[in-house]
Amino acid sequence: MAYSEKVIDHYTNPRNIGTLDKASSQVGTGLVGAPECGDVMRLQIQVGENGIIEEAKFKTFGCGSAIASSSLATEWLKGKTIDQALEIDNMEIVEELALPPVKIHCSVLAEDAIKAAINDYRVKNGLEPLELEKSHH
Amino acid sequence: MIKLPIYLDNNSTTKCDPRVFAEMTPFFLEDFGNAASKSHAFGWKAEEAVDYAREQIAKIIGANSKEIIITSGATESNNLALKGVFEMYAAKGNHFITVSTEHKAILDACKHLEKLGAEVTYLPVGEDGMIQVSQIKEAIKPNTVLVSVMYANNELGVIQPVREIGALCKEHGVLFHTDATQAVGKIPVDVLADHIDLLSFTAHKMYGPKGVGALYVRRKNPRVKVTAQMDGGGHERGMRSGTLNVTGIVGFGKACEIAMQEMESEGARLRILRDKLENALLQMEEAYLNGHKEHRLPNTTNISFKYVEGEGLMMGIKDVAVSSGSACTSASLEPSYVLKNLGLDDELAHSSIRFGLSRFTTEEEIDFTIQCVTNAVNKLRDMSPLWEMFKEGIDLKSIEWSEH
Repeated sequence: MAYSEKVIDHYTNPRNIGTLDKASSQVGTGLVGAPECGDVMRLQIQVGENGIIEEAKFKTFGCGSAIASSSLATEWLKGKTIDQALEIDNMEIVEELALPPVKIHCSVLAEDAIKAAINDYRVKNGLEPLELEKSHH
Repeated sequence: MIKLPIYLDNNSTTKCDPRVFAEMTPFFLEDFGNAASKSHAFGWKAEEAVDYAREQIAKIIGANSKEIIITSGATESNNLALKGVFEMYAAKGNHFITVSTEHKAILDACKHLEKLGAEVTYLPVGEDGMIQVSQIKEAIKPNTVLVSVMYANNELGVIQPVREIGALCKEHGVLFHTDATQAVGKIPVDVLADHIDLLSFTAHKMYGPKGVGALYVRRKNPRVKVTAQMDGGGHERGMRSGTLNVTGIVGFGKACEIAMQEMESEGARLRILRDKLENALLQMEEAYLNGHKEHRLPNTTNISFKYVEGEGLMMGIKDVAVSSGSACTSASLEPSYVLKNLGLDDELAHSSIRFGLSRFTTEEEIDFTIQCVTNAVNKLRDMSPLWEMFKEGIDLKSIEWSEH
């Protein structure tokens, strides 16, 4: 299985690796996956007063495709509103990175991470967490 | 100048030794006869070459030529051993004993036999990957026909107490088969001293060509027989029909001949290089050796780098070819069953890398690999949320991970 150039690029030059302050009310943290599955993603967003995502950071324990999926997600999140962020679909990640079928679950996990981060932000700011479709893999 | 990429996946397969290749070539275009063609020089030449090769193949395990059945590889040899014994000795019993960390060729063949009515006991191993002789002793029953324990494990390099197991089986009148694919050519294997009745091995793990292997079937004390799984022209004393792969067999014989001459010195050299690689990598924080440290092949080391995922790590060391026990690298998305059987935590099973050195591995390549792996592990740890949490003192087992 050869990796696509984009996956290799994200792996070699990952965007937005890092950690935001979990305690801040502006920051939403999503931690998804499980060590026993070999895939854990932590995605964080920093939301400005105007509801726009100013900053996004990630750290991932997983294969090249998982790393690339989460790296790409942080790139896409920056500058979007929360509502726009919720619309990011895993198949868009699959297409952008040319993920083979056996790696599609990595993109699903990235989508889950985005939604988990958003929900964490919502809960912290007194809003109800959104009822999200449980992704199946 | 190192030539990249470096190949350190020799437990998967090996490059042909140039001497093996040279030995094989005349049999493609010049001496291309069928070894079973009794009536002309083309056939006689092929037969002569096969006879000589067969002697080498027998010699390396301390056997007699007449006890060697040529197959297409160790998988076929394993199948022939298990299925052939099951059919031949059906009147004696239907109980087989094996180990949970055997190669799939053994485990899946056993599953097949279970469907045909065999009873199979799969013994667990200890944390070091070793089976205890007492476990086998306890498992033997009046209807036990065969015990199959691999000589050395392909993922870990761990060497089982084969000689003691063989002696035990002999005492109890039970046949003993060993899948010695990873052991032959690397460490001394002697079917008489080790009390082995059936033994599988293959050429491509010992610098020979792929597609040819052997099953040793004992002829004396006791005389063992297997029911053929390949019917046809009655080749190999009726135990395996099919035109002989002359070129492959010639290569196999040459590989054995070379191994007999060079095994001792090569083993010593490889052990030094392997230890250098292993010691350097185990210096890293949270790096763990998988499998027994001493009872191991001289060329193999399997190491887990905690909090870093195996496939991701292999991507980071693209100039070095290795393999991983991570789920991501298997088609089934299941992590290595061998590592799971050692009782490894999932974080460690997904984080393992197997290095297999070879006759062609140089110290320069090892030094490069050490650097490469160290850098990649560090880079990935910087990217790992688990490493960050570990560093902060968080107990990962206390976290409720999301549904997956």
